[in-house]
Amino acid sequence: MGYAMSDTNLVLGGKEFTSRLIVGTGKYSSNDIMRDAHEASGAEIVTVAVRRVNLPGTGESILDFIDTSRYTLLPNTAGCYTADEAVRTAYLAREAGLGEMVKLEVIGDARTLFPDVQGLLEATRTLARDGFVVMPYTNDDPVIARRLEEAGAACVMPLGAPIGSGLGIRNPYNIKIILETVSIPVIVDAGVGTASDAAIAMELGCDGVLMNTAIAGARDAVAMARAMKLAVEAGRLACRAGRISKKLYATASSPLEGVPDWTS
Amino acid sequence: MKITINGHVVDVPDGLSVDGLLSHLNVKPVYTAVALNREVTPKSAYASMRIKEGDRIEIVRPMGGG
Repeated sequence: MGYAMSDTNLVLGGKEFTSRLIVGTGKYSSNDIMRDAHEASGAEIVTVAVRRVNLPGTGESILDFIDTSRYTLLPNTAGCYTADEAVRTAYLAREAGLGEMVKLEVIGDARTLFPDVQGLLEATRTLARDGFVVMPYTNDDPVIARRLEEAGAACVMPLGAPIGSGLGIRNPYNIKIILETVSIPVIVDAGVGTASDAAIAMELGCDGVLMNTAIAGARDAVAMARAMKLAVEAGRLACRAGRISKKLYATASSPLEGVPDWTS
Repeated sequence: MKITINGHVVDVPDGLSVDGLLSHLNVKPVYTAVALNREVTPKSAYASMRIKEGDRIEIVRPMGGG
């Protein structure tokens, strides 16, 4: 097999993953559909939120629909607005047995859900020091990406567009600069709306894509999950295959010589 | 005694351990975590740590999210 076909794995915190698509567990119309969508997506990592239990306990758990021997759980700190809240949530997740990985969110604004990068850096530093595999959700700022790498992040996860917006990769040039800036994996997190958005992220050279709403909110979530799997694979392969350069004018694909002469 | 669990003031028997509180609330400890007065409680301390009047407790578990 050539270079492009024999791909490497995605490595996070020393663990290797074949799939470069990370999917969520929120907003599905049912847990059965979620389980089928996970299967169709081929994902090996699924995100979960950490929330208060209903009391008295009902015994029901979302983990009844996630085979934890097969999927690696990625707890998030969604809903945290300070570094302190995010760090405490990460500790809770680890104590709950959800593992060492954390999708770190420190939100700065409720309407856009844009990250508070100051809090994000602080929380990344603390959690990385305490042995977490920190995967920070950040904006598409190459300088902050570099600071996060210096702070010990295992990867950076710039947004393509606001969470749940489905607007796609709004600033592919910044994503490209981030890819040139850091040596840790770059995973586009948030903003993907449809398969081509995921493909674009991968064609840019990203190491992975994380999404929830684009699959869970699709009319047919299971079909969209499969579309995303194919898009991530296609985008990755296209990136490694090396696209042609863009030219303003046409270049004929067929030989210019040997064209029959029909002039009378 | 009155304590606050997940934002609700509730009356529970005196002298409960964290383990005792969880079984009183019918919460299985698997894939759950407890914070007692903002500090995460290690599972190894569930049996020995006692709940006191006025304690603020958070009990969490994984839920659907992105």
